[in-house]
Parts: sequence; C-alpha cells; structure tokens
Amino acid sequence: MSDTAVVANTGLAKFIFGRLTLESFPYHEPILVATFAMVALGGIVLLAALTYFKLWGYLWKEWFTSVDHKKIGIMYMVLGIVMLLRGFADALMMRAQQAMAFNGSDGFLPAHHYDQVFTAHGVIMIFFVAMPLVTGLMNYIVPLQIGARDVSFPFLNNFSFWMTTGGAILVMMSLFIGEFAKTGWLAYPPLSNIGYSPDVGVDYYIWALQVAGVGTTLSGINLIATIVKMRAPGMTMMKMPIFTWTSLCTNVLIVASFPILTAVLALLSLDRYVGTNFFTNDLGGNPMMYVNLIWIWGHPEVYILILPLFGVFSEVTSTFSGKKLFGYTSMVYATLVITILSYLVWLHHFFTMGSGASVNSFFGITTMIISIPTGAKIFNWLFTMYRGRIRFELPMMWTIAFMLTFVIGGMTGVLLAVPPADFVLHNSLFLIAHFHNVIIGGVVFGIFAAINFWFPKAFGFKLDQFWGKVSFWGWVLGFYFAFMPLYALGLMGVTRRLRTFDDPSLQIFFIVAAFGAVLIAIGIGAFLVQIAVSIWNREKLRDTTGDPWNARTLEWATSSPPPDYNFAFTPVIHDNDSWWDMKRRGYVRPLEGFRPIHMPKNTGTGLILSVLATAMGFALIWYIWWLAALSFVAIVGVAIFHTFNYNRDFHIPVEDVIRTEGERTKLLAAQAAS
Amino acid sequence: MGNTLSRLRILLLLPLVALLGGCNFVVMNPAGDIAVQQRDLVVISTVLMLLIIVPVMALIVFFAWKYRQSNADAKYEPDWDHSTHLELVIWSMPLLIIICLGAVTWSSTHLLDPYRRLDRIAPGNAASLLEPLQVEVVALDWKWLFFYPEYGIATVNELVAPVDRPVRFKITASSVMNSFYIPALAGQIYAMPGMETKLHAVINKAGVYDGFSANYSGAGFSGMRFKFHGVDQAGFDAWIAKAKASSETLSREAYLELEKPSENVPVRLYKEVAPDLYKAILNMCAQPGKMCMSEMMAMDAKGGLGLASARNILPLKYNISMLDGSSSTKNYVASVCTLAEAAREAADHRSTTTPPDPTPVTGAGLTRPGAAPAPFNFTPALSPAERRASNT
Repeated sequence: MSDTAVVANTGLAKFIFGRLTLESFPYHEPILVATFAMVALGGIVLLAALTYFKLWGYLWKEWFTSVDHKKIGIMYMVLGIVMLLRGFADALMMRAQQAMAFNGSDGFLPAHHYDQVFTAHGVIMIFFVAMPLVTGLMNYIVPLQIGARDVSFPFLNNFSFWMTTGGAILVMMSLFIGEFAKTGWLAYPPLSNIGYSPDVGVDYYIWALQVAGVGTTLSGINLIATIVKMRAPGMTMMKMPIFTWTSLCTNVLIVASFPILTAVLALLSLDRYVGTNFFTNDLGGNPMMYVNLIWIWGHPEVYILILPLFGVFSEVTSTFSGKKLFGYTSMVYATLVITILSYLVWLHHFFTMGSGASVNSFFGITTMIISIPTGAKIFNWLFTMYRGRIRFELPMMWTIAFMLTFVIGGMTGVLLAVPPADFVLHNSLFLIAHFHNVIIGGVVFGIFAAINFWFPKAFGFKLDQFWGKVSFWGWVLGFYFAFMPLYALGLMGVTRRLRTFDDPSLQIFFIVAAFGAVLIAIGIGAFLVQIAVSIWNREKLRDTTGDPWNARTLEWATSSPPPDYNFAFTPVIHDNDSWWDMKRRGYVRPLEGFRPIHMPKNTGTGLILSVLATAMGFALIWYIWWLAALSFVAIVGVAIFHTFNYNRDFHIPVEDVIRTEGERTKLLAAQAAS
Repeated sequence: MGNTLSRLRILLLLPLVALLGGCNFVVMNPAGDIAVQQRDLVVISTVLMLLIIVPVMALIVFFAWKYRQSNADAKYEPDWDHSTHLELVIWSMPLLIIICLGAVTWSSTHLLDPYRRLDRIAPGNAASLLEPLQVEVVALDWKWLFFYPEYGIATVNELVAPVDRPVRFKITASSVMNSFYIPALAGQIYAMPGMETKLHAVINKAGVYDGFSANYSGAGFSGMRFKFHGVDQAGFDAWIAKAKASSETLSREAYLELEKPSENVPVRLYKEVAPDLYKAILNMCAQPGKMCMSEMMAMDAKGGLGLASARNILPLKYNISMLDGSSSTKNYVASVCTLAEAAREAADHRSTTTPPDPTPVTGAGLTRPGAAPAPFNFTPALSPAERRASNT
C-alpha cells in the first residue's frame, strides 16, 4: 500500500510484527475485500464440511502424510488445478482491463493493482500451475511405467510436494496481506531492487519461489534416481517408454537449472536485505548479470514444461493409432538434443540489450537448431498416425489440436529467433501470442490429453465424453480467439504490459481477445463439470480391466486404480511397449506365490517442515526476525529429529496381497464372462 | 444460388477487411530503411518456414482423416515403426530450412546491427549519405529526454529528425530498464542505467510516428510515449530555432527535478543544456557529490583504493521514497574531491593528461575502449573530474 509509509511500526510492535501493520491488509480495496469474503466463505464451508463428515483423520492419514507416489501425484494435480483458477482469474482481469482502457478511460484497475495482476499471472501459471501439473503427472506415471513400487525417496517426495504447496500459499497470502511484486514475472533489477520496489511484493516473489524451488529441485533428484535405478528387470534405457525418457530429460534439466534460480534469487535477496550491490548500478554492480542468470534458468524451464508433454503426446498418438511409435530411437535422440541445446539459447530473450551482432547471431542460430529435433518429433507423430487406426477419443483430440496449434507457435518462435526480426517484435504482443501459443497449445493441451488419458488409471473410471468435448472446444477456440488478435496487435507495434491505450482502432482486437478468454473460461468450467459429472456417473463409466484404451505401456498392466504396491510381482520386460508385447504373447496374470511386500511408512515430517519453511518465508518478507530465526532453528531441529526416526517401513501382509489380487481376479473373470 | 452464396461470403468478409484496413500495421509498413529491411526479414523467414509448416499441417489433417478408425479401406500396419529413408527426410527437411534461415540470420544480424553505421539511406542510395544527426536519449521515470549535442538543445517527449539523414542514437536510462522503440523507424534497443546502447537509423518519409518504451518500467509505463516527427531540412531547422527560442534551460538542478517520477509528461523544449550532462547521467553522477562510474572503474582497474574506499560511502537517496527505515542502508560512493578542488587540479593537469574515454561500458561485447592502460595517478586530476569541474 502506498500509504503504509505513514504508519510504520516502532519499538516493541516493530520487534513483534516487523513491518506488518494494520495498513498492510487491503481492507480499503473493495475488489480484494470481496475476493477475500468469497475465499473465506468457501474456506469455512470446506473446513466445516471436512469436520462434519469427519474427514480430517482420513485426509491426514491417507493423503497429507502419504509417501505413495500416486497420492502425491494426485495432490500435485489438485494443487495445479486450484492455482489455475487463481492464475486464470488474473488473466480475465487483464483482458477486461485492456478491453476497457480506451478513449481516455483508465479501465477498472489502477497501475498499483494491474502491475501486480500481470506479475502474479505469469508467476502463478509457470511455477504453481504448469510445474505442479507436470510434476504430478511424472510422479504418478513414471514409477508405474517402469514397474516400480514407488519412487526412490518416498519421504523426499512428500516433502517436495509440501514445499511446492508452501510456495503457493505464500503467493496466495500476498493477495490479502500486503501485496505482490509489480515487476513482471522475472523481476528484473533495478526495478526489483529495494530502491524501486521497497514494498513486500518482491520479497513475496523471492520467498515463494525459494520455498517452492526446494521442492522442485528435490523432486527432480528423486525422479532421476527413480528412473535410473528402479526400472523393472529387462527394461534397458532404450526400452523405456517415451514418456519416461522425456521425464528423465526434464528432471535432468530441473536439477541442472533450478539451482541457478535459487542462486540468483539469493543474490537478489542479499541486495534487498543486506545492501550488497550485485545487481545495482551503484558501487559497481550490474543488472545484466541478473538478466543472464535468470534466463540461464528460464530457458531450460520452458523445456522442463514441454518435454514431458511431448512424451504424453507420443504415448497417446501411439495408443490411439493402435501402432508402435514411429522412430522411437530418433525420438529419444531428439529429446536428448533438445535437452542439451536448451542450455545454449538463453540469450535470445534479450537480443535487444546490445550484445553485438556475432553473439546475437550465435544464439539466434542455436535457437533455430532446436527446431530441427522438434520438427522431427512432429514428423514422428505424423508417421505414427500413418497407416494406423485412429480412435478419436478425447486424448487424441487434444493431441491433434496440439499438433496443429504447436507448429504455428514453433514457427513464430523461430521467427523471433532471427535477431533483426526480434528487434521489431521483442516485448510486443506478438511475443505474448507466441509463448501462449506454445504453452497453451503444448503444455496445457498436453496436460488435458494426459488427464483424460490416465484418469481411468488413477480412479478406475473414464471421464465424461460430452463435457470433455465442451472443455476441448472451449479451450481450442478460446485460444485462437484470445491470441490471434495479439499476433496482429504485435505487428501494429503494440507492446506488452500496457494498462491504457491511445489508439481507439486497437480496441476491437482486445475485445475479441477478451471474448477468447471467456471461451477459455467455459473450457475450464466444463472441465470441472466433467470431473463432477464423471464422479456422479462413475458406475456407468467404470473400467474394470485396468486397460480401457487397449494401451501399450506397463502402467496399464495393473488394476485401476493400482494397489498401493503397484505390482504384486515385478514384471520382466522384453520389448518397449511392454504391456502390448505381454498382451500379444498371451501373458497370464500370476495367481499364486504372493509374498509380503516391503513398503515405506507414512510420515508427517514433510508437512511440518514445509509449514516451518513457509513461516520462515513469511517472517523474512515482513522483517519479523524473531520468527524467522525461530522457524529456521525449528526446521534444522525437525530435520535432525527425523533422521532418528527408524520406524520408516513395514510389510504389507501376504493375506492383504492375496485378497487384493483375488478381488481383481474376480473382477476380470466377471468381465470376461459378460 | 452459388452466386448468392459467394456474394454473401464477400459481405461477411467485408467487416473483417474494413477492420484490418483501418489498422496501422506499422511493423509491416514502416517508414525507415532499417525497419523496412527488418520487415523484409520477417516476411522472408515466415515464407521460408511456411514451406514446411503448410505441408505438415495439411498432412496432419489428411492422415487424421484418412486413417480414422471408421475407414476400413485404409491400410493398417500396426508394427510399421521405422523407415530409414523417411527418417533421413524428416531430419534433413528442417535442417535444410534452418541452414537457409541460419545464413540469412548471420548476414542480416550483422548488416542490421544497431551499432553499425549506416551505409545507405534507402535501397541503392548510398551516394547522398550525410553525416549522422547525433541524438542522446535518456529514459526517465516515466518520460523520454533527448539531447541534441550538435545544437545544444534538449527536449522531453518529442523527437524530430530530418528525412533521409541518418540518426545516431546513444541511449541510456536514469533509473530502471526501458526499451527505446519507434516501430516506423527501426527496431528497439534497451535503455539501461549506467550503460549505453546505440542505434543507427534513418527516416525516409515525412510524418508523425509513435515512439514508446517497450519494456515495462513501473507505474507510469503506459504513458511513456512520445511523437517522432520526420520532417524536411527546412522544417528541422525551424524546429531547432523554436527550441532555441524556448525560455527553459536544462541545468543540473533542473535535470534532478525532471528526473523525479512523473507520468504523462507534456512536451518540453530546452534552449540550453548543462555541459556534459548526458555523460554524467550515463555515469550515474548527475547528483552532486556522487562518484562517476567511469572514475570508479578507472580506480578499480588500477587495483582500487583498498580500505579507503570502504569509508567513502554515503547513504543514497533514491528518487522514490522508501517505506520504512531501511532506506539508510542503501549507499553510494562519494566523489573524492569537491568540485572546486577538481576544477583547480584539472586546470593544472589540463595540458599533460589525455582524457580517457568516459564511457567504458559500451554494451557491444563490453570491451573497454582504449584498452591500453592510461597512466593513472591518484590525484583528482582525472579527466572525469575535469569534466565535472567544467560543469560547474
């Protein structure tokens, strides 16, 4: 709040509350008060319902403390979808503001508010929507695809999830306590330095990303270890499902790039808290270092998001074409080439900062080279469809929409990689249209393909077709209506992050874009309805086979939903598309010889550590030093205490295994009889 | 019937055509030679890529339709998953396109390098190349300040240049990052505090064009716009005369006042400018008593001042007020001598020292111009001090 300066805390109040005052709460901003009322009401209803139905114990025992990769995967997905609603609300506000702010009108958002909205939109969509959805997907699918019981480090997995959630909670808190950054989603200094952003906004940004970043990095390490060490016997690297391959590459990228983000944000916090001058211009610092470092993380980040979805599209195309994936080997090498090249292109985000012609052309050309393996992938999917029998189920529809949309985004991306072309299009709405074209057309469409594809695996029933199609058309048409006008606006020289406009002839384009955003809203709404309707009709949509799509990879070999232990016997792999291979060779499910199964035990430590880390972040944001110190000591203490917890595993008794597998046998028999 | 339909279709398309016709696709239809070449490059690259994108999109639709499940006539080969010939094609086709595009990129990036002096003012018109007009640009919160060093004038939020005369911009900023962009004239380049970027361009058609910041810089960003006028030589001379007739002078004090954040600032003309003000802004020492970055770097290049420099730090007063007491923790380096001392010393050494280039950071690969170490003696006789002295 701009008027907070008037009433800074002093004395004891300053010690206890830091810079948190009554004025930090936006009670004088009607939009925020209304939002808060809604959220509070919803929250109270939810909490009351949980209490009334006595679900707290269930949630705590079965979900919050669970170390089961499947449950953690689902919790990641829920987090991503909840945050999607927040991030999309920001998008709607931006579209409304830009459609209104013409002919001298100031729109409905003052700069103070609007600048937070576009920053929060970017941060939330990348870090707290796309990342949890992608991580959740990998968490759920990868162990099943490689025939493992769980990930390598189950406790770490739970801890990672809660750290990501802690970051999300910090971002959400900024809505009602204080404010968020007004810097754009990458918070370039000097604007993000204490001199120009003295408020708590940038501190919320820093600590939300630092807390969540711990989770992301650890989850990356965990999944690499899982894929490298826990594959079923016979599954050599070149027999891994393609989704597992792309997940492996993504996690390598995470582990290699997120520490850079952590380091650069740490340096920025030193500048802001201690008065160092890494990124100021005074005293010899240089903001260009920040710009370079953040993009050395930032460019691999976009491949972190898209690679797993390339894997999803490969699985979906091959399954619904009833065909082996065309060019598996070249697909794997294309993924590896993208992984490596993604580290050699970061400078294309700032050709316009005066790097000189040779440097610019080097980075421009490396960027173009990435389009070669990406193009090869598109061709591979194309030739997977060739001479197939294509079933247009929802996942396949999303995939076709992806292929058609993504090539346009790819083309505009390569165009932006030509430095002189970038000079006229950089920071314009053309750029905005480009990256939404690849992120919505690639990541979002991929997530929806994946949800429709694997939902029956996770819950034992398919998703409703009708509402799925409404959601599909809402998103696809909405995307084109929302972003094609932005391409045109970019060619008219309209730049991003503008709050008001002079030229009235532009307004119609923004109105069309806002209409597109409404269509996307329908798409999101229809998706939620789709989930609700499917739960309602779950008996009708029930799948008892565990393999509703006649699919190809190992996760479809077990029941839906899979038992806690995934596979009663570790499968042996002879071919890629191993489940297809097993089905073809007349695989018979073993019915006896079960043994007790060794499993990791649930623990609440991850949740406790994350609560403490979130408290520490909050304390650092508001300069409440005693709380920061206390929670830091508590984190270290709890972590040490946890190392003495020797009660970490148990065996599922053989009777339980026999009973579970027996039920499945009966189900399968009933299915065969009918 | 068919006739009516096609007429109907034309009618339906009309609003679309009107819509697009009423708009100014300035990036696609610019008025300066550099922007025209950049536009051509956009078109060439797009066409090159469409060579592969269009067939791919057509094939996606065709295969999806042809191999649909209900089409029992189509061939079904569930195990066909490899073809060396096809693999060669699908890797080499994009490769060929990228080789072409890469070659175009390499040459165009060098030819259209904003730091490169123009060698023509229009296609095939290198003959009438005039000496470039010098303009020094400063992005302030939230307006643009333009210096015309050859004419000794300055303006706020108004830029005028004669048609067909090359312009050489030197660009910096006072506080945060902005991007200097006049779409009709040439591509953008960032304006960054303590750093200088350059842009060479020429306007070929008279007219009034939009200029603005293309990089978000804070609350007043949306209003950070100015008009760029391309005028004939007579018009330019008249405009210079008008500026000269203005009553305002841009002294250091006036600049420090102007530098404070303000939004939607109207046009201002200054008949006179404090000497070397632009260089002081670039070196972040417009504020009296602050050490210039060029001085600081010259000292650091010599190994620095050791402990003495740690004591030479004063609290920095930013132009945006800080919310709580933390502002006092932000510091700046004090200049090592008063302006009067500097003037005296400078007078003594004027004949003996050659001034090193005061703009060490150029942005172009960050090489230090005049890399040969200039003789350094730690007296205030350095040329930056000399400059400061001459400013008072």
